Amino acid sequence: MNFQAVRSIYSFEMARFFRTLSQSLISPVLSTSLYFIVFGAAIGSRIDEIDGVSYGAFIVPGLIMLSVLTQSISNASFGIYFPKFLGSIYELHTAPVSFIEIVLGYVGAAATKSALIGLVILGTAEFFVDFEILHWGAMLAFLALTCISFSLFGFIIGVWSKNFEQLQMVPLLVITPLVFLGGSFYSISMLPPFWQTVTLFNPVVYLISGFRWAFYGTADINIGISLMMIAVFMLICLAIIGWTFKTGYKIKT
Amino acid sequence: MAAILSVQNLSKQYDGGFQALKNVNLDIDEGEILALLGPNGAGKTTLISIICGLVNPSSGTAKVGGFDVVGDYRQARSLIGLVPQEIALEPFQTVMDALRFTRGLFGKRNDPALLKSILEKLSLWDKKDAKTMELSGGMKRRVLIAKALCHEPRVLFLDEPTAGVDVELRKEMWDVVRQLKQDGVTIILTTHYIEEAEAIADRVGVIRSGELLLVEEKETLMQRMGQRQLRVELMQPLDGIPEALGHYDLDYDAETQALVYSYEANGERTGIASLFADLSKAGIILRDIETKQSSLEDIFVGLVEDKA
Repeated sequence: MNFQAVRSIYSFEMARFFRTLSQSLISPVLSTSLYFIVFGAAIGSRIDEIDGVSYGAFIVPGLIMLSVLTQSISNASFGIYFPKFLGSIYELHTAPVSFIEIVLGYVGAAATKSALIGLVILGTAEFFVDFEILHWGAMLAFLALTCISFSLFGFIIGVWSKNFEQLQMVPLLVITPLVFLGGSFYSISMLPPFWQTVTLFNPVVYLISGFRWAFYGTADINIGISLMMIAVFMLICLAIIGWTFKTGYKIKT
Repeated sequence: MAAILSVQNLSKQYDGGFQALKNVNLDIDEGEILALLGPNGAGKTTLISIICGLVNPSSGTAKVGGFDVVGDYRQARSLIGLVPQEIALEPFQTVMDALRFTRGLFGKRNDPALLKSILEKLSLWDKKDAKTMELSGGMKRRVLIAKALCHEPRVLFLDEPTAGVDVELRKEMWDVVRQLKQDGVTIILTTHYIEEAEAIADRVGVIRSGELLLVEEKETLMQRMGQRQLRVELMQPLDGIPEALGHYDLDYDAETQALVYSYEANGERTGIASLFADLSKAGIILRDIETKQSSLEDIFVGLVEDKA
């Protein structure tokens, strides 16, 4: 195992994060703050409590998930796509590194970044709404699992993308709708029965529900099922990445 | 000297069906400079890409220092440095960070003294804190060389190091290569410039359409490439080459009524003056003369015919 290489990739990626701090940290924090002001304070003050939680507090876990998902995907996909675009990816192929080390470096860095963003948003939320976290351990575990699995997913997108347009497309066209329809802003029990069933096919529902359970102890879906779903998603991503590298698909000729 | 690089029966067929390499065999000794010469699309880059790990071979093997480039890729790649054809650098990275990154990828700890000496050798030390996007084209190429050297490889591949580079910079690049050879690095470079091979290589391999036609000492090959031809068109047709001219290397082309004289351009005496004197003594009247250097393409064609 070439740990030096993992460290090299990881610190290179983190260096980019800190170099572009305004873009990588301030913009997600700012946009989430706007959500808190609009939905939490302005509109939320006119909405009843959901499951005994004030609306402003109710949306906190969902908003964190929204940022963490999109950031994980964009960080990881960009991290591996950019060297491909520049051509500097040749270094990874000619260095004595295995795909496991490459994935550890890039996905590890992307997951760290989005976890940091998630925690900073959590801190920001304190300024706007009152809430308490019932299960700290579970909250952190959920956050970590989500960051890792969606960074893996982003890595796949980055490897498979042929241009910047494709790179943007999945987060924009797939993830944003899934998150909005995944119960960030409402409890799925508020939906008509038919749509409740449809929602169960949305993997993000399980993430947000599980994450909200860690905060307030109430959830739309059993916490065990939530954990299992995210584990399955992570395994699928790992399998796709393994296959991609094994066959050299989109990477090597 | 032992072969540091050994390529056996290497072939590559791309997915589209294009056969980029056909059964290539090649041994390279430690410490030599080998130039792979060939027109664009001949398979030069494919060959070194396979050895360096960028492309998977379809069949055959390549070993570096005894390590298979596929099976023992970690050991093999540790011995190899590659300078790619296209400039590919992270624009916002500083020169020093770029070197540290590469050294890390090769599993080696930072070694400030070594990186300093590499940068100094390539006249980049005063640019160590500059972002790579701020550098000139020539400097960027030298950064790529520095990156390829920073894990102390024993074999260095230079893919078209002087393609699209001005004359001054080309000379500079050649000096760098000679310096590296002195430091004991084995160098394989690809080029489509004969002059480049002539200037720096010890041996020259000629590739065409995926086939390695020959690998020869530079001197031998250059002699062959130094052939010139003089065409003398005549007023009157000849029945054959007159006896008085028998000691010249002459061919007669009846169709165009021309005598073709081959000679060494690098030779001390070309023999042209005495040929003309003998022609006029023999009463042969000239209409026109023309000389030409055998082109790279001619030589390739010649090589193919030789092999057939």
